[in-house]
Amino acid sequence: MRAKPMNASRREFLKTSAIAGGGLIVGFTLPGAARLAHAAGKEAQINAYLRIAPNNAITVLCGLSEMGQGVHTAIPMLVAEELDADWSRVRVEQAGVDKAFVNPIFGIQATGGSTAVRGHWEPMRKAGATARAMLVAAAAQTWKADAADCRTEQGMVIHKSGKKLSYGALAEKAAKLAPPKEVKLKDPSQFTLLGKSGTKRVDTAAKSNGKAKYGLDVYLPGMLTAVIASPPVPGGKAASVNDAKAKAVPGVRQVVQIPAGVAVLADGYWAAKLGRDALEIQWDHGANASLSSEGISKMLSAGAAAGGAVGRNEGDAKAAAPAKRIEAEYEAPYLSHSCMEPLNCTAWVKKDGVEIWAGTQSQGPAQGILSQVAGVQPGQVKVNTMYLGGGFGRRFAPDPVIGATVLSKITGKPVKLVYSREDDTRGYFYRPASVTRMTGGLDANGNAVLFTANVASPSIMEASHFMKLPPDGVDEFGVEGIRDCPYDIPNLRIEYSRQEPGNLQVWFWRSVGHSQNSFFLESFIDELAHAAGKDPFEFRRSLLGKQPRYKGALELAAEKAEWGKPLPAGVHRGIAVVFSFGSWCAEVAEVSVAADGTPKVHRVVAAVDCGMTVNPDIVKRQIESAIVYGLTAALYGKITFKDGQVQQSNFHDYRMLRMSEMPKVEVHIVPSKEAPGGVGEPGTPPIAPAVANAIYAATGKRIRKLPILG
Amino acid sequence: MATLVVNGTTREVDASPDTPLLWVLRDSLRMTGTKFGCGIAQCGACTVHLDGGPVRSCVTPLSAAAGRNVTTIEGIGATRAGKAVQAAWIRHDVPQCGYCQSGQIMSASALLAKNRAPSDADIDAAMSGNVCRCGTYNQIRAAIKDAAASAKGA
Repeated sequence: MRAKPMNASRREFLKTSAIAGGGLIVGFTLPGAARLAHAAGKEAQINAYLRIAPNNAITVLCGLSEMGQGVHTAIPMLVAEELDADWSRVRVEQAGVDKAFVNPIFGIQATGGSTAVRGHWEPMRKAGATARAMLVAAAAQTWKADAADCRTEQGMVIHKSGKKLSYGALAEKAAKLAPPKEVKLKDPSQFTLLGKSGTKRVDTAAKSNGKAKYGLDVYLPGMLTAVIASPPVPGGKAASVNDAKAKAVPGVRQVVQIPAGVAVLADGYWAAKLGRDALEIQWDHGANASLSSEGISKMLSAGAAAGGAVGRNEGDAKAAAPAKRIEAEYEAPYLSHSCMEPLNCTAWVKKDGVEIWAGTQSQGPAQGILSQVAGVQPGQVKVNTMYLGGGFGRRFAPDPVIGATVLSKITGKPVKLVYSREDDTRGYFYRPASVTRMTGGLDANGNAVLFTANVASPSIMEASHFMKLPPDGVDEFGVEGIRDCPYDIPNLRIEYSRQEPGNLQVWFWRSVGHSQNSFFLESFIDELAHAAGKDPFEFRRSLLGKQPRYKGALELAAEKAEWGKPLPAGVHRGIAVVFSFGSWCAEVAEVSVAADGTPKVHRVVAAVDCGMTVNPDIVKRQIESAIVYGLTAALYGKITFKDGQVQQSNFHDYRMLRMSEMPKVEVHIVPSKEAPGGVGEPGTPPIAPAVANAIYAATGKRIRKLPILG
Repeated sequence: MATLVVNGTTREVDASPDTPLLWVLRDSLRMTGTKFGCGIAQCGACTVHLDGGPVRSCVTPLSAAAGRNVTTIEGIGATRAGKAVQAAWIRHDVPQCGYCQSGQIMSASALLAKNRAPSDADIDAAMSGNVCRCGTYNQIRAAIKDAAASAKGA
């Protein structure tokens, strides 16, 4: 299933996010219209993001999706800090789709790109500070006192005379006041919650007792469960379908053909699955019937050899005549996201609108898309965002949401569309494969004087359906992580050659282009260091004189990993540093390699400069999580094609890192007073090159093609 | 009709005998804490206990569970090991997306029920069938050791 085009006005958002770095904040206003008493009872809605009950319970509404990254904790912390709330009384509620919850970096309501804290750092603090000012004003009115004589602490307004009123007692009055136009935010030195260790996640209990509700956990009266038999070759279609045996399976209610394939709808998953197994379908495989990974590699390699659109050009790379020149071709495969929760969506198309329940990263776009699918107004589409059993970019794609809505529209019943693990693995929206040819040059003293990279890969911008390749022909995501090479090298040229083998649906995958390009660049810089006879850490450091935050992260990682000190026999270090999503992250991997060539990663030491933090404990967990995600892919991850078909299907042939393979991980945060950077993704890019560089240190064998155990 | 004892309560289920226990729990009994991850016993998200031992419910047919005691994440807190594990999970803030954690907790509880002081190797052996895509393995390991220590003191 392919994404339907999103509205043209939504086109620029990811492009902006990719280059915003420090965070572009646009058009934040507190919608005054939302200052209504909450329908549920006596709670007072202070603004769109905040309700306060008479018993002092504070509810923060969060429009972002909780997919493990901790937004349900971080967003309330931002509000609570400026509100001077009693944190123990703060809870979070998932918001619906509303303009109040537009992600300021994207311009739509969506979660991804490590934007949550970057985008909401100021708006959510303003929401808290505004509410605080209104509560103070309400107290001052009550006491006929001067607001300047009141302070706030732990959910109380306190007058200088010692009089106190709780927020709960003041909320109803405060909600009727006009919000102040300007509020002063705290100086970071005044923070009591932000940047401090020890604030626990709010969702841990529900995720430890089975009560947390994910998309798959939705059950509606009269609901059918659907599975789809999709064409085994991308771009194929069903030529003939015999559904007699499928319909004979007890519990199967309907078999329907939709653009995505042949859907079997049943009373439950098992009947639907058995029904699908019983379908007899003749497939027309279409133009991709002979698509193979060998052919894809050749096509990409030819593109990298030929070069393409110029993405960056400094000095004169063509004329440079270094004393020593090295060249190498690197390759990275397609990757599946493989979220733990297989993709799914429950949709109910009724006469007066559509309601869906989904773990989605893009509820805002879903509203627009589904209004087109169902033929209703966007305001008639209600999106219930459930917990996401992993997102990693995959849940930004609308295919399950569209599929469920189409099926509900056809059947007139609520439909839960479920992807089996095999459907999920073979469901495309892959991280694109890439082949990149690089050239490096050293002068007679071993100084780097030349770097060129020709990247050949599919375009995520075009595949996204809401962006276009820019006029210069360079896909932002195709070259991110290599075009922004931070090393001070006088002759530097980056080219991009768009190649679309099989016109496969490619997509955003945790850290996007950095996931392969940082492997290319940080491995090749290591090659240059060794060619120059220099220490890989010192070589990088010498080229980062104009990049203090790169250098800071690199030095902290090296210091904490005790770079240069001897390790136990057979264990070797590799290092890499990457800027992505507004943060600088360096990692040192300690690796040994068994006689049969199998690497074991013993420990990873990471240093991240992500500016100021909201919850440093969650930051460390996110970096560790991103390392595991990247390490899994580096060691095992590949989606390959033979005769047009994806060869992997489930966790036995698309392997995951497991407990017994898990390295020790240490994460250190660079102290900073700078604006926050992202934390969900920046830990991923450095791990593949750090491990590959350690393998080189251990064996002298350079890994130029992923996965390592390919 | 088959009879199951789920978390101590007898339940009548109308499903064919070859239906995996996972779908009986989820679709028939609407007990959604047990998760679907792979369907082929490769990820452990669906782990439940059958007469106290861990099984992958996605490949355990109803016929194999009928008449036996099934314990799920919804009921594991009533056991000594399960209670200790859940408390340790909360102390260590283990979950991220959380989707695999029901299965992790069920595997960890089964481990602690038979081994009160598991070594790292024991933890590797008992837990390597449970995949976590968020990479919480180090926190899981720490929480299991903490649970073991706290249960010992109790």
